[in-house]
Amino acid sequence: MKNLEDLEKKINSELTTKINNTEIKHNQIYIETDKEDIIDVVIFLKTNQDTKFRQLIDITVVDYPEQNQRFEVVYLFLSHEFNQRLIVKYSIGENEVIPSLTSIFPSANWMEREVFDMYGVSFKDHPDLRRILTDYGFEGHPLRKDFPLTGHSEVRYSEDQKKVISEPVKLEQNYRNFDYESPWEGTKYIKEEIESNDKKN
Amino acid sequence: MTKKIKNLNLNFGPQHPAAHGVLRLILELDGEVVEKADPHIGLLHRGTEKLIENKTYMQAVPYFDRLDYVAPMNQEHAFALAVEKILKIDVPIRAQYIRVIFCEIGRILSHILNVTTQALDVGALTPSLWGFEERETLMTFYERASGSRLHANYFRAGGVHQDLPKGLEEDIANFCETFPKIINDLESLLTDNRIFKQRNVDIGVVTKEDALDYSFSGVMIRGSGVPWDLRKSQPYDCYESLDFKIPVGKNGDCYDRYLCRIEEMKESVSIIKQCLAKMEKGPIKSLDGKISPPPKAEIKQSMEALIHHFKLFTEGYRVPKDEIYTAVEAPKGEFGVYLISDGSSKPYKCKIRAPGFSHLQSMDYLIKGHMLADVPAVLGSLDIVFGEVDR
Repeated sequence: MKNLEDLEKKINSELTTKINNTEIKHNQIYIETDKEDIIDVVIFLKTNQDTKFRQLIDITVVDYPEQNQRFEVVYLFLSHEFNQRLIVKYSIGENEVIPSLTSIFPSANWMEREVFDMYGVSFKDHPDLRRILTDYGFEGHPLRKDFPLTGHSEVRYSEDQKKVISEPVKLEQNYRNFDYESPWEGTKYIKEEIESNDKKN
Repeated sequence: MTKKIKNLNLNFGPQHPAAHGVLRLILELDGEVVEKADPHIGLLHRGTEKLIENKTYMQAVPYFDRLDYVAPMNQEHAFALAVEKILKIDVPIRAQYIRVIFCEIGRILSHILNVTTQALDVGALTPSLWGFEERETLMTFYERASGSRLHANYFRAGGVHQDLPKGLEEDIANFCETFPKIINDLESLLTDNRIFKQRNVDIGVVTKEDALDYSFSGVMIRGSGVPWDLRKSQPYDCYESLDFKIPVGKNGDCYDRYLCRIEEMKESVSIIKQCLAKMEKGPIKSLDGKISPPPKAEIKQSMEALIHHFKLFTEGYRVPKDEIYTAVEAPKGEFGVYLISDGSSKPYKCKIRAPGFSHLQSMDYLIKGHMLADVPAVLGSLDIVFGEVDR
């Protein structure tokens, strides 16, 4: 399909029950679907003559710790033929296992390994789900919002033991995260104090 | 009596000159034939995406230099474009030309490094000595514009940090006159060289289909005959107004990819020339005081400028809630930024799509059935830089 509106209609009419929402912005289509339907949606997008999203650009996850369905899985696709980009998303809870795309796109292999490493989301039927970017024996999932920026452990060479050892992070000074909100509006802690005082009165 | 023959497992790297960085390849060999390759990456992982989430939009730019460190400004470009699209700000035309010039310089920098080190990996020493002299010249251009040879931190959302210093345009123009001769010299050493051809022709062949399936981009997909270049198909900044060709390979082997890179360097020179000819004096960054810092002199005179300066360098500018994926044609392929903003002055999420990551992933498929000595040749033509693969 040459233009995005037609493509949006086509996707909506062909995949009515499997699509929750579509939106066009920044010259890209954003599609929301469900975990159960993702494989069907992706196969349709890849093989249909009017869509031909033949390339999986990337897979990633966005972490919203305050939400009930904590993770949002995001797939980015590209169609060379029609020169279009498409983004497919769905939300999952913390311990859910999601289907792997490796049988449809071989390139999904490392992308899913990265998601597993960084967010701890597991994939069903993945041929080789190992950590990829972090160190051998690493614990935790660094891109989760509740993982501290400084990490949990640090490595150094120990002169006594004559080897590289790992120990808990010791910070001389805590990581400083300044609150730069406009002073005219009052900084957060003052605002909160005022608000709680207002409530009491 | 039967003898049991076991496959040999060989550890290639992580400290190996032909691994182009810290790559650990675990090769399973049957005699000299590679049966399986398992790349272990992440030895240079610095958590760039996590760090960016904790910095303001302006502070995030230097991290992009440290991804693909042989063509730093191309990465900054992707991030700048993403932020500009969310903020809906226009970039002055002079800034667009400056950005394109430096992106093309970055492309030449990266291709020289790749072509010459690939030659080095297969046994030719001279090209790297000749090529690196030119890279040094190009890096002084980087230094004169931005203040540093490698980690430029030059592009901003809405333009560039500062205008080009006096005389730089002429010097870049002079370079464009002399550089094609150097490319010819390199070609005379390599293109028809018997050893170079023996080592590269029909090695690491990628078919069109596989190039799509493995998410290849850049020279890796063009070498296989797919005419796809984001500068043409999804033009950004002023690429639309420039006239250039996209070299495409035929066989998808290491040699075709080498030829593509050589031709791309020639095209880059022509793009730089066109930009220099079209460039006029004018502003080099967005005039919106809420996004671009004011000139230093004004801070001493104007209260408003002082406030803007202070707010920009403490809190930074706020970016409305939105999400976007923007990609540029970096020298190595499609470099993309998937940015989610939440209305604050720090990105909520910034996923970096590095071309080298998908390319290196295909190592197992590319090298299966080849000889051990072909591993560096294939690795060289994949054009891997670990800064971007490991992030």
